[in-house]
Amino acid sequence: MKARTIARHVREGLKSLVRNGWMTFASISAVTVTLLLTGVFLILLLNMNAIASQIEDDVEVRVYIDRSADEQQMDELKQQIEQLPEVDAVSFVSKEEGLENLIESLGDEGKAFESLRDENPLQDMYVIKTDIPQDTVTVAKHVETFDYVDEVRYGKGTVERLFKVVEVSRNIGLVLIIGLIFTALFLIANTIKLTILSRSKEIEIMKLVGATNAFIRWPFFIEGLLLGLIGSIIPIVVLIAGYNFLYSEFNAKLTTMFIQLLPVYPFVIQLALILMFIGVFIGVWGSLTSIRKFLRV
Amino acid sequence: MILMEDVWKTYPNGVMAVNGIDFKLDKGDFVYVVGPSGAGKSTFIKMIYREEKPTKGKIVVSDIDLTSLKERDVPKLRRKIGVVFQDFKLLPKLTVYENVAFALEVIEESPDNIKRKVMDVLELVKLKNKARMYPEELSGGEQQRVSIARSIVNNPELVVADEPTGNLDPDTAWGIMEIFEEINNRGTTIIMATHNKEIVDATKRRVVAIEGGRIVRDEQQGEYGYES
Ligand SMILES: Nc1ncnc2c1ncn2[C@@H]1O[C@H](COP(=O)(O)OP(=O)(O)OP(=O)(O)O)[C@@H](O)[C@H]1O
Ligand SMILES: [Mg+2]
Repeated sequence: MKARTIARHVREGLKSLVRNGWMTFASISAVTVTLLLTGVFLILLLNMNAIASQIEDDVEVRVYIDRSADEQQMDELKQQIEQLPEVDAVSFVSKEEGLENLIESLGDEGKAFESLRDENPLQDMYVIKTDIPQDTVTVAKHVETFDYVDEVRYGKGTVERLFKVVEVSRNIGLVLIIGLIFTALFLIANTIKLTILSRSKEIEIMKLVGATNAFIRWPFFIEGLLLGLIGSIIPIVVLIAGYNFLYSEFNAKLTTMFIQLLPVYPFVIQLALILMFIGVFIGVWGSLTSIRKFLRV
Repeated sequence: MILMEDVWKTYPNGVMAVNGIDFKLDKGDFVYVVGPSGAGKSTFIKMIYREEKPTKGKIVVSDIDLTSLKERDVPKLRRKIGVVFQDFKLLPKLTVYENVAFALEVIEESPDNIKRKVMDVLELVKLKNKARMYPEELSGGEQQRVSIARSIVNNPELVVADEPTGNLDPDTAWGIMEIFEEINNRGTTIIMATHNKEIVDATKRRVVAIEGGRIVRDEQQGEYGYES
C-alpha cells in the first residue's frame, strides 16, 4: 500500500474517532479499565511466580528414614522413590552431615550442639527434588506409604499456600479480565457500527466508483485499532510508574527475606508490550466483528 | 458496449421486474430507456453496473462478462462506468471539488492526476468558479452537474443515468442534457432512463421502451410514446 493511501486511512479513522465522541470515549475507557486490571494481575501473578521459583530450592521433600533400616533396605527405599515419575533427584543426607549442617547454620549458637556429636539425635534422610514445585505434595503423600519411612516433611504450609494463592488469584483474574475484554469488545464493535452507519452514503459512492473492498474496510479497521491503542496508553503509563514505585519501596525489604521482585527492566517493557498487544487485539477484533456484520462489501 | 441475452430478474420477494430482455448497445451510442412507472427500467439499469444480478441470462458490459464476474472484480467494472442518479448522491460535508476528487481518491489515483482531471471536468460542467462551495449552496441543476462531473472524472467508457432530470425544472433539465450531449460527442456511450417526454421527443435519439419487464419497442430516432 502506498504511504499516501495509508495516511488517508489513518486520517479517516481519526476523523471517525472525533466524530463518534461519546462512543469513542466509552470504548477507550473500557479498554483502559480492562488493561489496568489485566496489568495489575500480570504484575501480581508474574511476581508471585518468580517468588515461588525463588523459594523452589526450599521446595523439597525430606524423608526421615526409620532407624531400624539397614543399608540394603535403605537402598530399596531409594530405588522406590526414584521410580516415582515426578521425582527429579534423590540425595542422601546422613545424620552426621545433618548435624554438621545444623551446627554450621546456627553459627556461634551451634557450638552448644557440639556435644551431641556422640549421641546424634537426628536421623538419616533422603532429600527429594521434584521436577515441578507443585508435585512436592503428591510425592510426599506417596513416599509416606513406603516401608522404613519414619516421617515425611515438606514445606507444606508455605508452598501449598503460595501455590493456592497463585492459582486462585489467577482464576479470579482470568474470569474478571475475560469479562472485561468482552465488554470492551462489545463497545468497540458498537462504535464501529455507528461509524459504518453514519458513513453509509460515502460507502455507497465508494462502491459505485469502484473502490476495492479492502480500501473501504481499512478506515474502520484502523479506527478499531486506534481505540485499542489509545486505550492502552493510560494503563501502560500508570503501571510502569506504579511498578517502579512498588519496586523501590518494597524490594529492599524483601531482599532481606531472600526474595526478589522482578527487576523493573525489562519487566515493565514486556508488560507495556503485552498490554499494547491486548489493546490492539481487542480493537481489531471489535472492528472486524462490525465490519463483517454491517459492511456488506 | 452492452450485450444482454434473455435476461430475467426476479427479486427475492417474488416481484418479476425483468422478464426476458435482449438488448445491444454499441460503443458511442446514446439511448433513452422509457416506460411506465414500475416497468423495470431501474432494475434493467442496475444490472448493467451490477448493483443487481440477473436471475437468468447473459450480460456483457465493456468486454466484461458479468455472469462470471467475481465479487472482488466488481470494482474493475465500476471503474469503466459512470453512474448518475435522480437524487445526485453528493456528500454534504465535502465541497464541489472534493466531491469530484473523492471518486478518484478512493481508487488511489495520484494527487497530480486528481487535480488536473477534476479541474478539467469542472470546466466541462461549467462549475469551475463554484469549486469551493458546498452542495447545499448550489441549485438542483448545479448539484446534478457536480454528480455528472463525478461520474465522468475517471473517463468511463459508459455513463448510466437513472432519471437524471427527474428532480429538475424543464430549463434546468435542458442544461443537463447539453452536458450529456457534450459527453456523448466526446465518444462516451450513454444510457439514460427518463420520464422527460419533451427532451426525448426533441432530441430524436434511439428509444427503448420497457413495459412489464420486457422491451416492447426499440426505435432509432424514436419518441417518448406516452402521455407525460
Ligand atoms: N429491491 C427491490 N426489491 C423488490 N422489488 C423491487 C426492488 N426494486 C424494484 N422492485 C420492484 O420491481 C419492479 C420494477 O421496479 P423498477 O424500479 O425497476 O421500475 P422503474 O421502471 O424504474 O420505475 P420508475 O419509473 O418508477 O422508476 C417494481 O414492481 C418494483 O416494486
Ligand atoms: Mg426507476
